[in-house]
Amino acid sequence: MFEDLRDLYQEVIFDHNRNPRNFRVIENASRAVEGFNPLCGDRLTLYLNIVAGVIEDVSFQGSGCAISTASVSLMTEIIKGKTESEAEALFTQFHRMTTTEGEVDLEAVGKLAVLAGVKDYPARVKCATLAWHTLDTALKNEGQTSISTE
Amino acid sequence: MSAVDVARIRNDFPILTQKIREKPLIYLDNAASSQKPVSVIDAISNNYRLDYANIHRGVHTLSQRSTDGFEGAREKVRAFLNAESVKEIIFVRGATEGINLIAQSYGRSTLGQDDEIIITTMEHHANIVPWQMLCEQTGARLRVVPMTERGELILDDYAALFNSKTRLVSVAHMSNALGTINPIAKMIKTAHSHNVPVVLDGAQAAPHMITDVRALDCDFYVFSGHKLYGPAGIGVLYGKQALLESMPPYQGGGDMIRKVSFQETEYNDLPYKFEAGTPAIADVIGLGAAIDYVTGIGLDNIAAYEDDLLRYAMEQVNHIPELRVIGEAAQKGAILSFVLEGIHPHDIGTLLDSVGIAIRAGHHCAMPVMDFYQVPATARASFAMYNTEQEIDTLVSALKELIKVFR
Repeated sequence: MFEDLRDLYQEVIFDHNRNPRNFRVIENASRAVEGFNPLCGDRLTLYLNIVAGVIEDVSFQGSGCAISTASVSLMTEIIKGKTESEAEALFTQFHRMTTTEGEVDLEAVGKLAVLAGVKDYPARVKCATLAWHTLDTALKNEGQTSISTE
Repeated sequence: MSAVDVARIRNDFPILTQKIREKPLIYLDNAASSQKPVSVIDAISNNYRLDYANIHRGVHTLSQRSTDGFEGAREKVRAFLNAESVKEIIFVRGATEGINLIAQSYGRSTLGQDDEIIITTMEHHANIVPWQMLCEQTGARLRVVPMTERGELILDDYAALFNSKTRLVSVAHMSNALGTINPIAKMIKTAHSHNVPVVLDGAQAAPHMITDVRALDCDFYVFSGHKLYGPAGIGVLYGKQALLESMPPYQGGGDMIRKVSFQETEYNDLPYKFEAGTPAIADVIGLGAAIDYVTGIGLDNIAAYEDDLLRYAMEQVNHIPELRVIGEAAQKGAILSFVLEGIHPHDIGTLLDSVGIAIRAGHHCAMPVMDFYQVPATARASFAMYNTEQEIDTLVSALKELIKVFR
């Protein structure tokens, strides 16, 4: 019945929605930032342990739609072990991929490519990017503890 | 079923014949805004094609035609609400502007420090925020009527909120997030026994039931044209004449004055005192056509038909164990708000759209209602006179399929 949506809702997305990875609290995390999309009520808290510029551990808590849950779950997998600047570079790639602004390095985005489908659903782009905007805030502003995407 | 000929009605709505993603459009987002019959579209287009000019004071033929159409629509609104006089019918941009007008004109000139305004838990943001702004300006306070888990206001608690500081009650005739039709006749009686005037937010109710402002004895009533099969950007504020006369103007400009000099300005009579500037002429005429359309079918017939639709939909979704209905008031309009276990409303909305079904997913501009039920959002199917049981069947089978996909 929903064949038309297979580009948006790929099996990987359902999988991460059912079983989100790194779905836990990091006690004494070096950064904890809350991301909120008031339009749809998606809300997540991202926890990061950054040691000497490297993301040693990352996790999240919160609730949202399948797209936003899968996006943050996939993000935590891919950025773990990366340096801050590598993570920032990924954010740039991810942003391009979901908004079609500029060339995307498919090799760099790897598994994140399953989320490329949102670019055809403007109302859902923010669901996919909430996690990354939250990460961006966490990396750029050491003191800030929350962001809102509206 | 009732006296509504759905097939004929559907023929009057050109937008409904199209396909969305190769599936016939099933439009179930009527509580947000309803579609327009060809008579409304023609009324607007004919005004611009044949009769358009600025209204009032014009000495030429087109101005007279547009003025006649505009003032003719005011009389249609008066009859629609059973108001006593056309002086009580003020054209505004919508229910939202109507409430803001009341808050800034009536509210600001009568409320002071520690005065109280009563609203309810189930209000749309449009019936919360204007009052909060007024409270900031005057030092007044908001009191909120609680509701039950079913989505019904607790009237004993409402009555207990009144005290010597209560100045105004503002309540939804029908809730947009839950569908609840509030016991407004009783609530107005209670308020009047304390000499407190009542504002009714009729944005949801106006398209679905007969409204008689004199029988209700409400002091103000607001509604929007776009939910009543009319144009967007036009709405109505009804106010009792004595109240409107006592109120200062809301905005200054042309049309709302009788005499202007740099020393002083004399304001125009009602209703013009509250209609500064050139209004949405064609849209007012379009709203008149929308009122002709619904009264032609009969609001009692529409209400009965939509009741049947809602009852049918509630029965059908009862067979979906993963579905929880949000808002189960005994008196309820054609709104089905729900959540599905483990599936976010936005995913429901996107998946349903892919099979041609338009519903709304979100907080419905009623965040306090979402907080009350501890959900971030709901999915909402809202029905109109052009919807059918067959469309509800399609919705229900799509929901069942969707649950399987997510499992």
